[in-house]
Amino acid sequence: MLEKLGHTVEFRPAQTCCGQMHYNTGYHPAALPMMEHFVEVFRGAEAICIPSSSCVAMIRDHYPKMADKSGDAALRRAVKNMLPRIYEFTELLVDKLGVTDVGAFFPHAVALHPSCHSLRSLHLGDRPAKLLNGVRGLTLVDLPEAEECCGFGGTFAVKNADVSVAMLSDKIRCILNSGAEVCAAVDNSCLMHIGGALSRQRAGVRVLHLAEILASRDSRGMSA
Amino acid sequence: MSTYVGEAADAPKFQTAAKSLVADTQVRHNVRHATEVIRAKRAKVVGEMADWQELRESGHEIKEHVLRHLDFYLEQFETACTAAGGTVHWARDADEANSIIVGLVKAQQAKEVIKVKTMTSDEIRLNVALEAAGITPYETDLADLIVQLGEDKPSHIVVPALHRNRAEIRQIFLDKMNLGELSDRPEDLAAAARVYLREKFLRVPVAISGANFAIANTGSVCVVESEGNGRMCVSLPKVLISLIGIEKIIPTFQDLEVFLQTLPRSATGERMNPYNSIWTGVTPEDGPQEFHVVLLDNGRTKVLADREARETLDCIRCGACLNACPVYRQTGGHAYGSVYAGPIGAILTPQLQSMEHSQTLPYASSLCGACYEVCPVKINIPEILIHLRHRVVEDGDAPWIEKMAMKAASYVLESPEHLDRARKLGRIAQRPFATNGVISHLPFGLDAWTGVRDLPAMPDESFREWWVKRERETGR
Amino acid sequence: MSSARDEILERVRDAMGGSTPGREAEYAAIPRNYIRMGSLSPAEKRDLFVDRLHDYGATVFYSREGEVAAWVADALKIRQKNSLLIPRDLPRAWLPEGFSFFREGASYEEVDRSEGVLTDCALAIAMTGSIVLRHSAGEARRALSLIPDYHLCVVFGSQVVETVPEGIEQMKAFAEIPMTTIAGPSATADIEMIRVKGVHGPRTLDVILVS
Repeated sequence: MLEKLGHTVEFRPAQTCCGQMHYNTGYHPAALPMMEHFVEVFRGAEAICIPSSSCVAMIRDHYPKMADKSGDAALRRAVKNMLPRIYEFTELLVDKLGVTDVGAFFPHAVALHPSCHSLRSLHLGDRPAKLLNGVRGLTLVDLPEAEECCGFGGTFAVKNADVSVAMLSDKIRCILNSGAEVCAAVDNSCLMHIGGALSRQRAGVRVLHLAEILASRDSRGMSA
Repeated sequence: MSTYVGEAADAPKFQTAAKSLVADTQVRHNVRHATEVIRAKRAKVVGEMADWQELRESGHEIKEHVLRHLDFYLEQFETACTAAGGTVHWARDADEANSIIVGLVKAQQAKEVIKVKTMTSDEIRLNVALEAAGITPYETDLADLIVQLGEDKPSHIVVPALHRNRAEIRQIFLDKMNLGELSDRPEDLAAAARVYLREKFLRVPVAISGANFAIANTGSVCVVESEGNGRMCVSLPKVLISLIGIEKIIPTFQDLEVFLQTLPRSATGERMNPYNSIWTGVTPEDGPQEFHVVLLDNGRTKVLADREARETLDCIRCGACLNACPVYRQTGGHAYGSVYAGPIGAILTPQLQSMEHSQTLPYASSLCGACYEVCPVKINIPEILIHLRHRVVEDGDAPWIEKMAMKAASYVLESPEHLDRARKLGRIAQRPFATNGVISHLPFGLDAWTGVRDLPAMPDESFREWWVKRERETGR
Repeated sequence: MSSARDEILERVRDAMGGSTPGREAEYAAIPRNYIRMGSLSPAEKRDLFVDRLHDYGATVFYSREGEVAAWVADALKIRQKNSLLIPRDLPRAWLPEGFSFFREGASYEEVDRSEGVLTDCALAIAMTGSIVLRHSAGEARRALSLIPDYHLCVVFGSQVVETVPEGIEQMKAFAEIPMTTIAGPSATADIEMIRVKGVHGPRTLDVILVS
């Protein structure tokens, strides 16, 4: 999608993980080398695009504190230097590139699930909806109780599986009630969790990341 | 040191309690209904306030300021309250508080006390101590009365008798109140409670209350309520004992202007709750002629000592976080095994017990942040939850299996070479389980995920493999 | 052997480093960007106050200066009552002929048997519909406005402030006297989440609003 807009995309295969899973589960020393590696891998990048609001939240909310705690002044500087160049995917499009119509075509009913990090940490607001509304043929349907957590929560989905699934059950019900054919989000973690239940239940509704919808071009609208 | 939080030290793990509660459709239905009602009411009255965020900000800063100078404000409160005729006692832990209170009641030769709902008294198991000393405590909050007469246990923090319908309440009242007849209409049931309790309000000479706020510069105490039993208990008996956690202090009377706006709107979704009682020490010819404050530590200084979790003590006990929490919504309060449930319970309960018990509570959260959003004093609960998880892991209390799994994950995620190897291995290992790009089942107890959800299978070619190939082919 | 007091204070100081001389300045620097002063006209303020009173089921009688006694009589007739308890210092001018008014001194049982109570108030807050009672033997001890089932309260328009901060500002001045804020009859939703009005405390509140 970014290349179609005429931008040069670079992917650095040395990247691994921002460390959120370890950090959020309480394994803080383990997250430090992942942060250091991250900072190193993305050194010098003009704009770092992250199609995952939870990873961006990890970086913005916790990297500065982790760097402070490490006592490493160079690391602290590097994090501070990197932060302004971090963009969540929709932030990059709407804020930095100034586009809401990327020329996409996707003639389906779509429900947007606003992931918790996008809603309450990044305050993405209506950026994702604006982008979806710019897609030709797409009907954005109302998702009841949209702001309720889907129940993924990282290791929570496994450590507290019963509650996670109870929460997921509510989310699925709302998605099915919305009449959507596709549930979209800016976080693959939510999508894996929601999609996993939709698939298990043979519900006839699928999940797509926003980027997949925005990259849709052909008349079938089926690039994903 | 006998610091305890109700029966929390003996409570089952959150996951265990949650498992049966999630399966209890009645509880789930009742909790959902209750939280939805209050959430809607809260949203309406908060939406009216153009300065809501500013009130939250000030509430937060006032509480943080008090904590930074808590020693000063505690002493200031003691001086002012004493000058006005009150007596201030200090209790290091639950047992000491109980001993002081039992002593005060015994000094009156009283065999009964009336109580206004105070969670702090449940925290220290006061009723157990009173009964052991031959003193009968009468709960006067309607829900607690229903639970007490029904010889039952509270099922919900906000609405403790949620599990009782009107027919059951009618039967309990008929049995225990010596009534000839009684309809099951809520108004009639409330009227029966009014008559039953009125006799006690007018007669019993000793009352025990908590406090919502203890004002340092005037030595005043404030009780916030809806039913009127609070007013009865703090103004009619001869002797009043108020059990107050040391974190309830606010610096000046003026500061009520913030909290009396944020507390009612957050707690019950009202612009103002029906009754607030504010009094200072003892007033001749009006109200109790003997007033005792029992300042309680019971682990609060431990919370204070943890810089990153100290904010926990800002809490004004509104319950908004419980109503907003998607986890609480599915399990109700019992899953937390503590008098303090929901998000605030998840951070307060283990800390009061020096992280020795209730260690599964910090994990009873998907870190969605809804609690932080509604907290009237802006406690960053998700941040504190992560911090407490860190403490659990550092103390070596994480489950062995989890430690191993996280170690393995670290190894994989620390270097691109390891990640690459793991990916290739995973692609092979998944073969028996992947069909049409979906994994529906994983063996050997790995099915916490696949027991209820499908898992996308790893693609034959990962993005980075595709990318590297494309670079090579286009000669970039 | 240190006392509990000493030990707790020591724990607090160990945890926090102890209070510092900068405390007062720090307190003064706490941001307070919330609304403190009201901005409504007196008529708007009065209307808001009445709206809130109606919202929680109080009946409002509109009186002019000097007419209070007549309205007290009207209220008593409407409520079919012949007598009320009153605080020691309630103005005589408010008491109409033809009814009995009993001054302070009743036992709780006597108060319980009374038909109701007539009081003034210290102030009122329009935004929340709150009425603030200031208690003392001279005005009205707490039991008097609490135990009876009927409360008739006289509120002067000039006593009504708009915002809660304005109300607290005035209440601050008599902080050493017990006070009660009332915003509606007592209520509970503990039975099947159905809100029931009137558990303890007066179930009927009438307000004579004097302009």
